[in-house]
Amino acid sequence: MSEVVARLDGITKSFLGVPVLRGVDLELRAGEVHALMGENGAGKSTLLKVLAGVHRPDSGRILLGGNEVSFATPRDAQAAGIAIIHQELNLLPHRTVAENVFLGREPVRRGQVDRRAMVAETRRLLDWLGEDGIDPEAGVVRLPVAQRQVVEIVKALSADARVLAMDEPTAALADHEVELLYDLVARLRDRGMAILYVSHRMREVFDLSQRITVLKDGAFVTCSPTEELTSDQLVRHMVGRPLDALYPERPTEPGEVRISLRDAGNDRVRDLTFDVRAGEIVGLAGLQGSGRSAIARAIWGVEPFTAGVLERDGEPVRIPNPRTAVRKGIGYVTEDRKGEGLALRQSVRDNALLVRRAALRGQAARRASDLAALLKSVNVVAQGPHQEVRYLSGGNQQKVVLGKWLAVRPNVLIVDEPTRGIDVGAKQAVYQLLRDLAADGMAILMISSELPELIGMSDRILVMHEGAIAGALPAGASEEAVMGLATGHGIGEVA
Amino acid sequence: MNSRLKWRPRLTDGTAPVLVVLAVLLVALAFAGPAYSEPAGYLALLKRAAPLVILAIGQYLVIVSGGFDLSVGSLVTAEVVIAARLINGDDGNTVWVVALLLGFGVLVGLVNGLITTRLLVPSFIVTLGMLLVLDGAVFLWTGGAPRGALSESFRVPGRGSLEIPVLGQVPWSVLILLVVLVGAVLFMRGGTGRTLIAVGDNENAVRLAGGRVDRLRLLAFVSSGLLAALAAILLAGFAGVSAQVGRGLEFRAITAVVLGGVLLGGGRGSVVAAAAGALSLEALFSLLKLVGVSGALESAVQGVIIIAAVAYAAHGAGLRQKLRIRKPAPALP
Amino acid sequence: MSVVQEKVSVVRRAAPQGRRFVLTPTVTVYLALVALLVVGSVLVGLKGGVLLDEGGILNILTRSTVLGLVAVGQTMAIVTGSLDLSVAYLIGLCSLVAAETMAGDTSMIAPAVVLVLVVAASVGLVNGLVITVLKANAFIATLGVALILRGYLEHNYTGPAGSVPRAFQHLGYDRIGPIPAATLLMLLIAAGVWWYLRRTRTGYHMYAVGGDIEVARLSGVRTSRTIVTAHVLCSLMAGLAGIFLASRLGSGAPYVGMDAGYDLESIAAVVLGGTVLAGGRGGVVGTIGGVLILSTLDTVFDDLAVDPFFKNVVRGVVLIIAVALYARSKGNGRTS
Repeated sequence: MSEVVARLDGITKSFLGVPVLRGVDLELRAGEVHALMGENGAGKSTLLKVLAGVHRPDSGRILLGGNEVSFATPRDAQAAGIAIIHQELNLLPHRTVAENVFLGREPVRRGQVDRRAMVAETRRLLDWLGEDGIDPEAGVVRLPVAQRQVVEIVKALSADARVLAMDEPTAALADHEVELLYDLVARLRDRGMAILYVSHRMREVFDLSQRITVLKDGAFVTCSPTEELTSDQLVRHMVGRPLDALYPERPTEPGEVRISLRDAGNDRVRDLTFDVRAGEIVGLAGLQGSGRSAIARAIWGVEPFTAGVLERDGEPVRIPNPRTAVRKGIGYVTEDRKGEGLALRQSVRDNALLVRRAALRGQAARRASDLAALLKSVNVVAQGPHQEVRYLSGGNQQKVVLGKWLAVRPNVLIVDEPTRGIDVGAKQAVYQLLRDLAADGMAILMISSELPELIGMSDRILVMHEGAIAGALPAGASEEAVMGLATGHGIGEVA
Repeated sequence: MNSRLKWRPRLTDGTAPVLVVLAVLLVALAFAGPAYSEPAGYLALLKRAAPLVILAIGQYLVIVSGGFDLSVGSLVTAEVVIAARLINGDDGNTVWVVALLLGFGVLVGLVNGLITTRLLVPSFIVTLGMLLVLDGAVFLWTGGAPRGALSESFRVPGRGSLEIPVLGQVPWSVLILLVVLVGAVLFMRGGTGRTLIAVGDNENAVRLAGGRVDRLRLLAFVSSGLLAALAAILLAGFAGVSAQVGRGLEFRAITAVVLGGVLLGGGRGSVVAAAAGALSLEALFSLLKLVGVSGALESAVQGVIIIAAVAYAAHGAGLRQKLRIRKPAPALP
Repeated sequence: MSVVQEKVSVVRRAAPQGRRFVLTPTVTVYLALVALLVVGSVLVGLKGGVLLDEGGILNILTRSTVLGLVAVGQTMAIVTGSLDLSVAYLIGLCSLVAAETMAGDTSMIAPAVVLVLVVAASVGLVNGLVITVLKANAFIATLGVALILRGYLEHNYTGPAGSVPRAFQHLGYDRIGPIPAATLLMLLIAAGVWWYLRRTRTGYHMYAVGGDIEVARLSGVRTSRTIVTAHVLCSLMAGLAGIFLASRLGSGAPYVGMDAGYDLESIAAVVLGGTVLAGGRGGVVGTIGGVLILSTLDTVFDDLAVDPFFKNVVRGVVLIIAVALYARSKGNGRTS
């Protein structure tokens, strides 16, 4: 068995009396990918931050190569050979790749930063990773997200990290970029790095890791080799109960056409022709950048269609801006919950009423008497309507976003990555909610990069490829069929 | 959730401390000065404070929506100088000049708002530019020193009083202040006001919710301009014409707003607290005068207060929130 | 601007494009300076004068010296994501400290200069600590300190005080050819600050802290120390400006900094030079360009005998237009 590089021993951490970690053990070995799983709020991020020197544990020990260490700042952890890639990328867009890689550790020669050495070392590491397409002197702002991730990894490598912790590294990546990242992680592992890998995505964890540790409510649940676990067992460990019916039953016949595109297109998408009917959930699949979200943003009037016809309940309409979309009874749950969905410092109440107040006029905009019923219908768990939404969990925040749209009673709802970053339990609640809405006659267009979810929820699936619809698949299609169309290889039934 | 059954006044986060500060100051005034042993003393204080409170309300609207208005001080000076020159001591001119002054305030706010929203220049820079422009333009026009004179009727709102049964002589400026404050509170409680705060918090969310972000911001700047014009009319009536009348008022208004616990950068704070912050400042200055602190030290005191207020907000808010987490979170419905 | 539109522009920018001449704010500001000199020369010429004769150059450079010192210091604060509103009163205070300590005695020059620098550094330290320890917004923190300084000045001084020895006035009036010695000194210091920002670790860290303080912190940068350093250096530059003014005026003047509006003017010069108010981007070279534009404008107006108040109007307009242009060309986010 390979060498134990880092060990966490009985780590506990409370924030003013609320225990977040209750005696967690973790062993990281050289040349091994160790997956850390658990629902949101299970304590994964806190554990990572303890390892990174952001938080100090209340009790418990951190051992590196057998010696006990204690970190007062992220700087100490870094010096000890621990590198963390946080969920939000930690790069300065307006500095160069090399400057970012060496941030906080710039080599100094005769009183000034040795830029040549920085660039040379960055180039060496990029070459080593086989990523020689990245210019060390380019501004990070010019790089696509996947390459920025590579820069993060180079940053970790340049710090001579022996332990690399990655918090949901694929969250922002397109599917083909995910493959590249797998490859990169595997290579780092093979070269002896100890990797701690946090992810919500089952498939990644089973593909990549050799060992899985599960946390629940801040406590250690289990640690076992990946090959000895099935995904059902894993879910049971995480949730504490089996999740047999993750996806609700599909209902009956769809109703009339709510929204219909005829040869619609703009700069990013073209030749779109499809209908969404009352009572059905239409899934929209495709690789990132294939135009999935561009369709949503076009219908929504952010970047409107410039060609073709958009029909609403059989009438051609023009939707030049979001305001018009709201007034035409369309709701849009964006994929960026914090950046575009919520005003985080405002209360649950103010967020739930946001669309109504922002887009409607007069009496309709002022109405608030139904707020309690509204929040109940989406089942938000909060201290009260006046709690600020930033203190809610991701799942509850997403429910507030849904509530905000239901407040204006749309009959078309577009949801873009509705379960991103929320835990399994909350996912199930969101699925049930969407299905109930459809049963009540809502027409739903659902975008997701998680294929099992898309297949489990959709009544039919449209697959996008390079800005156009590559094909349509019926409910229950296989992942292979979807991926085939999405990558431009397969042939589906035409809608 | 039984908020409809048990209604109680709900204070926005950060409102309570400034109300405590204000109460302490008002009580201290009663001990320090014999004038404050009866309501008339406090009415006089309100009258003095009215222009600053009104300015603070305008500044609040801009700050809470995520901006700054540095131009109000020079706008006040400009308005006063314009008033003196145009009225030229003739009562017959009062009405149209007042209308013109209010219009000019709206215009300045409109320009600030349009440049901020259309040309995407940070409001700090826009209103700084406006400050320079107004300073220059007014003195260019008057030739460096204020000319003309105000009319008696123009000065009534600033220093006159109205006989009201029970209360006795109530200054006009106090009544005007009350109207403005009530209007602002109602506005901020309504949908548009709540959305304005949301703009300061996350303008993308508001835009994607179908809100007209630019219009809301514009509204904030225009209100600030209009209220600055109103404050100038009161101030001119109260203190007369001077080229220094508005000097430093923008910072004083910002101090008041910050003292009220309003977050610079937007998204949090209440208008009542901003008004209370302004009144506290004025009460403090009165108190300092009563206990014999030199007027020259006024600004030093203001400096200490503003830092203390922000430091308290930064540390106090975190503390309060931490204490709150301790409570279990019951299901909402 | 909204993320919505930002996304579009990012995509458009990602489109392949050759390396062509880029109109960065720094280039823009110097092009604008050249254009201003040409237009100004023509206008002054039409009136029968010469803009860039020895007197004109001297005028522009002298004006640039004080503003240059303050603005270069301000650049460090702004790049770090902060700003300093206390410089104007600090300049007045420093001129007084210099003149009163010297009190006409040549032997006291060195102690006075040291004392001024100590006073200035302390004020910068207070600014920095209020921001980092008390966690006050920089705007408020430095406004508060400015008000405290103002209270001190108003309480203790009514007018000019102290006097500098004749020997010390050489600093203010000596020149080399048409170029004032003090201007050369200012440019030398500016070059030093350029090197500091662009070549030293602390300089790198200032850009990092201004760009994203969380990223900097998680990368192991000592953020508080960086902010405090920026403020100490910024105040030191204001101190030097105070010394220079004392040398020119012959005595200390409490309101010399405020009357000239060096607080807001220095911020204007920095922003005019293309440094982003939110921090993380920009630099000293642009700032010097911004300073030269402002002082050239002043000189042109003087030569044209334009009403002095008109200068402010033009300054305000120039500032807004410049920032609007930068916002256009880069699709920047709005910051305040």
